[in-house]
Amino acid sequence: MNVNAMAPDRRGFLKCMSWAGSAMLWTVAAGVPRSRLITEAEAAGGDFTFAQVSDSHIGFDKPVNTNVTATFQDALRQVAMAPARPAFLIHTGDLTHLSKPGEFDTVSQLLGGTGLRSFTVPGEHDVLEENGRSYLNRYGKETRGDGWYSFDVGGVHFIGLVNVVNLQGGGLGNLGNEQLEWLERDVAHLGASTPIVVFAHIPLWMVAEDWGWGTADGARALSYLKRFGSVTVLNGHIHQVMQKVEGQVTFHTARSTAFPQGTPGQAKGPGPVAVPPGALKAYLGTTRVTLVRSDAALAIVDHTLAE
Amino acid sequence: MIIPDRLSRMGRRALLSMSLKAMLSGSAIWIACHGSGRSSAAARITIDNFAFSPAMVTVAPGTEVTWRNDDDIPHSIVLTDGSDRSKALDTNDTFSHRFDKPGQYAYICGLHPHMHGDIVVR
Repeated sequence: MNVNAMAPDRRGFLKCMSWAGSAMLWTVAAGVPRSRLITEAEAAGGDFTFAQVSDSHIGFDKPVNTNVTATFQDALRQVAMAPARPAFLIHTGDLTHLSKPGEFDTVSQLLGGTGLRSFTVPGEHDVLEENGRSYLNRYGKETRGDGWYSFDVGGVHFIGLVNVVNLQGGGLGNLGNEQLEWLERDVAHLGASTPIVVFAHIPLWMVAEDWGWGTADGARALSYLKRFGSVTVLNGHIHQVMQKVEGQVTFHTARSTAFPQGTPGQAKGPGPVAVPPGALKAYLGTTRVTLVRSDAALAIVDHTLAE
Repeated sequence: MIIPDRLSRMGRRALLSMSLKAMLSGSAIWIACHGSGRSSAAARITIDNFAFSPAMVTVAPGTEVTWRNDDDIPHSIVLTDGSDRSKALDTNDTFSHRFDKPGQYAYICGLHPHMHGDIVVR
């Protein structure tokens, strides 16, 4: 497997350090042009770790993966058995496939079974009924608007954004003015040294415009975060790992726990991709993020379910 | 609404008798006779690989247009003038809308709004 070459830019620095099995290990030293190898053991020594799962699509039953519940369970088991037990879990949307109550019930049951607190944002598959009411009834209690919110853990400010509601003809994800104004106020009081983690379903950066893999007003959201020394943006939606560093902002998308999707520039469309028998788990996976306080960096490690 | 195969076959026969003009335009149009004996027009659009096919359809006023999702992923139909929208259509689900007034009607998929198409009624 090839490691994507990522050139360091002037202010940020990122380097793919190694591959362990199919997991990629890398460190981000935001604003500080240095990097180091982080092993699992070192990552476990950080102040805290949290895990990201995405795109579980509970309810999907097509031949690509006829048992998405089982692969989601595998992912959650992998997270729960991690060397550094995560402080909590983030699910970056498409919890369900069709927003059906039974699908949401299964998701809640499985997330609850981990014993970890979980934080979610909706994907477009979670807001198919009544403008997302069935999602908000379950996960919207301490949120605003369509389900956005923020919280603080260990000195890191976490922001969950919703970019899947009222999608317009422009073809991209959309945050909307109300949410953007809230975001501007939400971070106004924070010092520039506060590490920021933003999570939302559709990538906030432009991955593939002709497939709708981007957020129309994502740049405005990021403009409010420019002054911060470390910003990590975690997304789902595209069912594959992609990364980019721009200034102090690190963008990262997670694998799905359900099925892989096409690669921009290679596949004809963004739909599910069938993989050889037995190979599915190499295309599914989870992400763990560790705060390393010593240099204010976040280490992000992806794991496939095949590990 | 589910389109029965019988209607589909009738539609194919009727397609043969369509005017040359309509055939040249490339539109997939059905002229189907219903049990009541009253004639009405119908057009069909499929959703495949995140695209509407055909992406532009020209129909006569009063035509019922039916979309069918052939993808593994759900899609929806949202008329951008706000006059109608479907629920999420899972694989093989259909949605129909009758266009009575002349004009051009744009629509998108509510889940994947980079998918778009047009219905021209004249």
